[in-house]
Amino acid sequence: MITATLRIELPELTQDDLSRYSRHLILPEVGVEGQRKLKAASVLCVGTGGLGSPLALYLTAAGVGTLGLVDFDVVDASNLQRQIIHSTADIGRSKLDSAEEKLKALNPELKVQKHNTLLSSANALDILKDYDVVADGTDNFPTRYLVNDACVLLGKPNAYGSIFRFEGQASVFATKDGPCYRCLYPEPPPPGLVPSCAEGGVLGILPGLIGVIQATEAIKLILGIGEPLIGRLLLVDALKMRFRELKLCKNPECPVCGAHPTVTQLIDYQQFCGLEAASDVQKAVKNGIPQLSAKDLKRRMDAGENLFILDVREPFEYKIANIGGKLIPQNEVPQRLAEIDRDREIIVQCKSGGRSQRIAEFLKQSGFPNVANLAGGILAWSDEVDPTVPKY
Amino acid sequence: MTIFIPTPLRAYAAGKDAVEVNAATIAGALDELTLEYPDLRKHLFTNEGKVRAFVNIYLNDEDVRYMPAKEATEVSPTDTLSIIPSIAGGCQPRQWTQSRRRIAVAE
Repeated sequence: MITATLRIELPELTQDDLSRYSRHLILPEVGVEGQRKLKAASVLCVGTGGLGSPLALYLTAAGVGTLGLVDFDVVDASNLQRQIIHSTADIGRSKLDSAEEKLKALNPELKVQKHNTLLSSANALDILKDYDVVADGTDNFPTRYLVNDACVLLGKPNAYGSIFRFEGQASVFATKDGPCYRCLYPEPPPPGLVPSCAEGGVLGILPGLIGVIQATEAIKLILGIGEPLIGRLLLVDALKMRFRELKLCKNPECPVCGAHPTVTQLIDYQQFCGLEAASDVQKAVKNGIPQLSAKDLKRRMDAGENLFILDVREPFEYKIANIGGKLIPQNEVPQRLAEIDRDREIIVQCKSGGRSQRIAEFLKQSGFPNVANLAGGILAWSDEVDPTVPKY
Repeated sequence: MTIFIPTPLRAYAAGKDAVEVNAATIAGALDELTLEYPDLRKHLFTNEGKVRAFVNIYLNDEDVRYMPAKEATEVSPTDTLSIIPSIAGGCQPRQWTQSRRRIAVAE
């Protein structure tokens, strides 16, 4: 069993603590000493979204003394389907501020350290070093690898959780004798293979299940009780409500945690994952495809240009909102090329610009001479041109 | 034997979450799977025919990579194969754009 770093002197419990945590105190596995360990402990929650919401709330409720929160985003209405630490009144507000307010309402004794930043190779070691346990609730592969590597380099256990649609994974990585994330996944998937939840969707309750599993693992690590998910990958299928477990082996040749590591400092994770960082200036052309803004599309439509708007979303999305494009769902495009007019300029459109970019590249490769992508998709159209077009 | 298909790859297996195959080895089972669902091949294997590094294959609860015979390991009808790809989970982050997207992407 692994325990987090013990403070030399554990803080005393106040009278309020004794009454608040009475249900912990009467558990032999926790008791007064365990509660003091929790009070002394610090956990870093990377992300205050779907996974971070239940994670931070339950760690706070359990009496963890200090929570670090890393996020740089603001609350959006589409978050509220699952990011339960935020509320409707918080839309537009910093997620860190929103989260801090709810956590301190739950437990005013909690110390909150907000890290309003994008976690990067430049700051990760400095941010992570002061915490006992890291709980990775991020939403992208570069940060997953960054957090993993930083945890291994610093010797911090990583309570890992990830979700996709209605499936989740959970484990504990980066303990001294256990595997790390790279032991399981030495390489990231190619960009675009695993859709974002904006494109693929996610069952709202799913991060609730997985986030609480992460919180449970963090608490077990702090208390030194139970059997943490070290060397074990828990797989959750929420639709079937099936839980399976696979064995995770520590890779002796792992470049980060193996016997002879070759990664001894943080690397360029965006490059590792085959991604480019967005610059502040919107790129006019991506992979040979001109990017058309919603405003420019509107202008050209009003000017009577003979554009062919190809909408590559799914039928249910078209029903929610559309701008009158020809609907051919992306997976059907290869078989229905004959329905797309090669003699006209094709403007490919989807929800946020991702799928349409891929289809635009495909059309170009298939010999269509004049193809552009609607940057930002129908969401950008709603923002910039016509707010009556529903966003979803 | 049963091969469990993970969510990101179900679009290439006619939407199925599990496929039954008859095979003597792990490699044989994966060959049968990709014979029945050819679109799966490029997601599971490199051009050289090796399992892609971000995909893990488990025989029951053991990682095939750490088995002595690896994909040549013999299997029985009651065994299961699980394909476990990496998932990051969550929404499109604002700070990254994606380059080099390919058409062969799950829906």
